[in-house]
Amino acid sequence: MLLGIFGITNNGLLALTALLTGVALVALALWMAGLLSPRSFNPQKGEAYECGIPTRGESMAQFKIGYYLFAILFLMFDVETVFLFPWAVRMRELGVNGLLSIAVFFGVLVLGLVYAWRKGALEWK
Amino acid sequence: MQDLSFITDWIHNTLRSFLPGWATVTVECLFIGVGLLLVYALLALFYIYYERKICAAFQCRLGPNRVGPWGLLQSFADMFKMLIKELISLNHVDKFLFALAPYLVIIASMMAFAVLPWGNGLQVVDFNIGIFFLIAVSSIGVLGILLAGWSSNNKFTLIGSLRSGAQMVSYEISIGLTVVTMVCLSGTMSVGGIVQEQSDLWFIFKGHVPALIAFVVYMIAGTAETNRGPFDLPEAESELTAGYHTEYSGMHFGFFYLAEYLNLFIVSGVASLLFLGGWMPLHIPGWEAFNHIMDYIPSVVWFIGKAVFLSFIIIWFKWTFPRLRIDQLLSLEWKYLMPISLVNLVLMVLIITFGWHF
Repeated sequence: MLLGIFGITNNGLLALTALLTGVALVALALWMAGLLSPRSFNPQKGEAYECGIPTRGESMAQFKIGYYLFAILFLMFDVETVFLFPWAVRMRELGVNGLLSIAVFFGVLVLGLVYAWRKGALEWK
Repeated sequence: MQDLSFITDWIHNTLRSFLPGWATVTVECLFIGVGLLLVYALLALFYIYYERKICAAFQCRLGPNRVGPWGLLQSFADMFKMLIKELISLNHVDKFLFALAPYLVIIASMMAFAVLPWGNGLQVVDFNIGIFFLIAVSSIGVLGILLAGWSSNNKFTLIGSLRSGAQMVSYEISIGLTVVTMVCLSGTMSVGGIVQEQSDLWFIFKGHVPALIAFVVYMIAGTAETNRGPFDLPEAESELTAGYHTEYSGMHFGFFYLAEYLNLFIVSGVASLLFLGGWMPLHIPGWEAFNHIMDYIPSVVWFIGKAVFLSFIIIWFKWTFPRLRIDQLLSLEWKYLMPISLVNLVLMVLIITFGWHF
């Protein structure tokens, strides 16, 4: 049952197959679109799709800092989840000791969330 | 329970009889690739039709009904139309990143797609860290969306992609925490293992109240993760034209469209894996005759049925709730869903430690 499809046990190989399938899908569809689709040239077509008049300045500009703050918070809590995974698998075997040590870790992170909340980092300004 | 691996075993043995080992593996990998490609494309087409029909029913319309019987061929016609549209080359974009973004989006959904448990013995990738791998690869999609918005060099796409990035990244935490909660219950991260653990009873029943809470949180976060429904402000068409894929034309746009529908399937597939037993039929301890009858329904039907049903719920959200604002969206995640899933994890740990689960 757990042998895997076609008896291939090398999951890395299968994951690589899936990756290459994704690349092949995009490449094939673009190739077909290139064969089938029409080509016409018009200088207006190359412009940015905004409001009809030419764009002012670069659009790859600096942007609202709020997004960055949430990215930092995400980093902290996502790494937390990554650390929780190995413990979650072995939870029953590790018993009370594992539970206590993860509780300390968990408590520190909850404190982090409380700190961010109190500091107003979760408000969208 | 029918074990579908006899088909793959038969192909393997036939190939093995006249080919050396490495060639067999190559041919089999090609088979897997072609199979994945076909299922991916067909499922995306089915989902486009399915969503349009449901949306029509919610709005008291008929929906697509001209192309083919009951409009079944409508999405094929749409795909063909997408293929024959011009790929406009723009002169203000970052060419390399602009071309790379659809690859990342499609690769992320394809790799997540390969991990899903399709049926008994019908699972392509079965890592022992399967569910973790799934979360990891599906977050590559965020990169694709951010790149698409940034490289387009357009104000609408930039706003759309940043909103989308903030949203997907935030809701990923809730998804991660609910998955940890369920991994606590299953004691394994392998997708096949999680399905086997549910052979007596599905986790949503087995896990008591925390499993139910986790299910609700997962469905909300999953809807946000696919940029759909009330959370579709990255592509809020009334303010941002089409959000991060405004500048993409023809098939390039088609990839984002495909990936969006496939992500809907993947999110509901993972929900059915974690809470409704993957391909496992509904088994109730003690009801032997009932369990036996349930086993007659093929496992593939079970998996696809559950996934399609959960997708229906996600589509239902879309036609029920109004769109959120960005500050409401972020406070929903950081002030409600995340604390709830943290408390829920503690609750689950307590229930497992004291052995209160079924």
